[in-house]
Amino acid sequence: MSVEAITIILVLITFAIYTAIGWWSRVKDTSSFYVAGQNVPTVANGAAIAADWMSAASFISMAGLVAFLGYDGTIYLMGWTGGYVLLALLLAPYLRKFGKFTVPDFIGDRFYSNGARSVAAIATIFISLTYISGQMRGVGIVFSRYLQVDIVVGVLIGMAIVGFFALLGGMKGVTWTQAVQYFVIIIAFLIPAVAISLQLTGNPIPQLALTTSDIVDRLGQIQIDLGMTEYMAPPFTNLSMLNVFMVTLALMAGTAGLPHVIVRFYTVKSVRAARWSAVWAIIFIGLLYLTAPAVGAFAKYNLIDTIADKPIEEVQSIEWVSKWETTGLLQIDDQNGDGVINFTGGEDNEVVIDGDIIVLSTPEVANLAPFIIALVAAGGLAAALSTASGLLITMTSAVSHDIYYRIFNKSASEAQRLRVGRITLLVALAVAAYVGINPPGFAGEVVALAFGLGGAASLFPVILLGIFDKRMNKEGAVAGIITGLSFTLIMIGGNSFPPVDYWNRRTNS
Amino acid sequence: MKQTLNEKQRWYWKKNITLILSLLVVWAIVAFGGAILFAEPLYHVRFLNVTLSYWIAHQGAILVFICLILIYALRMDKLDKKYKEIMNEGKME
Repeated sequence: MSVEAITIILVLITFAIYTAIGWWSRVKDTSSFYVAGQNVPTVANGAAIAADWMSAASFISMAGLVAFLGYDGTIYLMGWTGGYVLLALLLAPYLRKFGKFTVPDFIGDRFYSNGARSVAAIATIFISLTYISGQMRGVGIVFSRYLQVDIVVGVLIGMAIVGFFALLGGMKGVTWTQAVQYFVIIIAFLIPAVAISLQLTGNPIPQLALTTSDIVDRLGQIQIDLGMTEYMAPPFTNLSMLNVFMVTLALMAGTAGLPHVIVRFYTVKSVRAARWSAVWAIIFIGLLYLTAPAVGAFAKYNLIDTIADKPIEEVQSIEWVSKWETTGLLQIDDQNGDGVINFTGGEDNEVVIDGDIIVLSTPEVANLAPFIIALVAAGGLAAALSTASGLLITMTSAVSHDIYYRIFNKSASEAQRLRVGRITLLVALAVAAYVGINPPGFAGEVVALAFGLGGAASLFPVILLGIFDKRMNKEGAVAGIITGLSFTLIMIGGNSFPPVDYWNRRTNS
Repeated sequence: MKQTLNEKQRWYWKKNITLILSLLVVWAIVAFGGAILFAEPLYHVRFLNVTLSYWIAHQGAILVFICLILIYALRMDKLDKKYKEIMNEGKME
């Protein structure tokens, strides 16, 4: 059976499981729709938080980003996990104690202002839309490679599936589905990592193999031989120290302020449960994040080893090379016509690799079993879909709960609110599909943008001050959110964030 | 014990803030100190088979973050228990 056939079967099996869970935990009232009836055990909630938060960016992009950025890839590794500390210590327990449905709820009620509530709802919608477009790109990449369909078709299939789950199950369905998706994600990430670690270093624990074996030195040596800078180049070779400092700080505040993650802490039954959900979540997340730098290094080693300085005909006859080439995410072009591939990262470079294919192509490059290749595809889809469904619920609640119910129609019945929620969800799906088909960039970069928008600029400071500073008032809150939003939107317009410049030319197809 | 409800609450809040602040100091020293501000000097220190600053930036900091959140949850459980005891003492008087 071909790799593609096995992938389709495995993906269908995982989707069937998600559907079964969505059906089993379907809901009929608004409390269950938004916050799962506050009835979810802490371990399951921790796994759901981890899946919600580890998106296509963490699964598909991050190891690739780290492989290309070297030391400076820490902006993603520390930025995304370090923000979790802020969320767990400074926000989660207090927002749970406050005990409402959404982030705009907190802001509106804390500052006694519907103005602040609507501005927060708008910020929530902006953040979630930006974030979801990154997920849809991830879905598009997976489908276009393994199902051999157009990216547009891939995105549409993905949206239909996400919408089906979200409409059926609401937050409760999403929570349980996400808990299961976490395990798909982590298994799909760890199995190939272990296999490749064994292959390259003889050590089955990839996290340890990275630091205790000589793999980093070997990778450094072949990079130097090819004319690139060494892998373990000193810190701040790619980005300046100030840049690393500020981007890390922004990504941390961004992580803490993501509304679709914060809302997760409302789904537990007590403040204590919120704290322990955060503990489980960081353990689950850490497992992937500690593995990612290893996967990045191993993948880069294998890739260079397979492609660099090899005859172009030999390389292009490899099946995975030609299949990735047709997606446009891998480009090999013998510019000087010598029949050999130059992979130097300099002027005479002849290989362009999209960082987003590093993780997905790793098992193929390492010649692992077709089943493992299929598993990684299913894992990438689980990561993208779990985050997308969390984001959809968040956008839906911002419109139907915060804007429609709390501002325009205070006497709306449960059935009315649920109906508005479902209509919003369909509209959000359509917009998300459109943005997914016309993505502004790389999965990891787009997500970083959402983090900048989210936390760093608009929601995190307002929530933090709202909790800890008695003198904080609605004028400050509204001004803060608007200032933060406008600054980030101007930056996106100027296209200067994140300041990532890869060591090779890269293209966004 | 002659504490008003307000004093007890203030005591709890102060303990809570002290705990959070001390954990965040560790967070800042490891992330921004070890991996960024002092990355260059620590780059010359070997740790396992890599440099110390590389290890902190790519793995060590994440391990510290996990520990911080775990310690927070454990200490807050303890604080909650103590707070409950103090409240009960108040009732008996």
